[in-house]
Amino acid sequence: MNPVINPGMAPVATPFFFYLLAGMAIASGLAVITRKNAVHSALALIVTLLSVAGLYLMLYAPFVAGVQIIVYAGGIMVLFLFVIMLVNVEISSKERQFNRIWPIGLAGACALLALFMSAFTKGKDLFLDPMTGKPRWPDPMVKLAEGSNTQQVANMLYGEAGRMGPYTFAFEIASLLLLVAILGAVIMTKKKI
Amino acid sequence: MTDITTIHYLVVAAALFVLGVIGVLTRRNVVIVLMSIELILNAVNLNLVAFSRMWGNLHGQLFAIFIVVDAAAEAAAGLGILIAFFRNKETINVDEIDLLKW
Repeated sequence: MNPVINPGMAPVATPFFFYLLAGMAIASGLAVITRKNAVHSALALIVTLLSVAGLYLMLYAPFVAGVQIIVYAGGIMVLFLFVIMLVNVEISSKERQFNRIWPIGLAGACALLALFMSAFTKGKDLFLDPMTGKPRWPDPMVKLAEGSNTQQVANMLYGEAGRMGPYTFAFEIASLLLLVAILGAVIMTKKKI
Repeated sequence: MTDITTIHYLVVAAALFVLGVIGVLTRRNVVIVLMSIELILNAVNLNLVAFSRMWGNLHGQLFAIFIVVDAAAEAAAGLGILIAFFRNKETINVDEIDLLKW
């Protein structure tokens, strides 16, 4: 990494932090699907989300990391915890936790993992530069500007210099989707429509 | 230790994705099934941001932001359905949700 291009960021992005964050994400992801109490699952999911936000920071995506923390860990998880408090956790934590066909589901998921891994080992050359045979990244020629990341994201979302950006229309559609989701949630949870 | 490349991030994302799939297929509690769907969406986001880093442009990050919007909408609608169902049947277990079965 060129120290002039990314001042202060490069020393943090060491392999040690990658393995730490990845291990935390996977360990707490395992806790999400194995805990009996749904509240414990929700807290483990928050740890996973924060670890993934740290991985985004290592990938020089500070705006996505901020969105992840604010929207996921701040908004969606509060919604989840509210619903866990509304429905009855005590009864369901004493019941059977896994359904009857769980061996089939586990086998299918393991087959999926094997498929992913074989795809990654067979397609390894796609991630290498055909000229030099080295990985495309970390490549000093391909870089993202960290300091102006938020501004560039805003330019692509809202457009710049009076013109629409490539994602302005999709942004409007997304706001419509959120409106529909609000209406749906309100109407479905009403006692009498 | 060697440098961290795109493949490393893809393996982490695949592990998170498979954990989410296991949660969806095996758990009975609907709240935990919805949380597993969030895990799956996070794995996809991690892939997109890693590819955005690899190619050096921001399109992957924009896709990741839109997926976060989708996840918020999905969580709101799914939890709304869950509350409406709990009010009717007093259960949140997936295998007891069989009103459409005959």
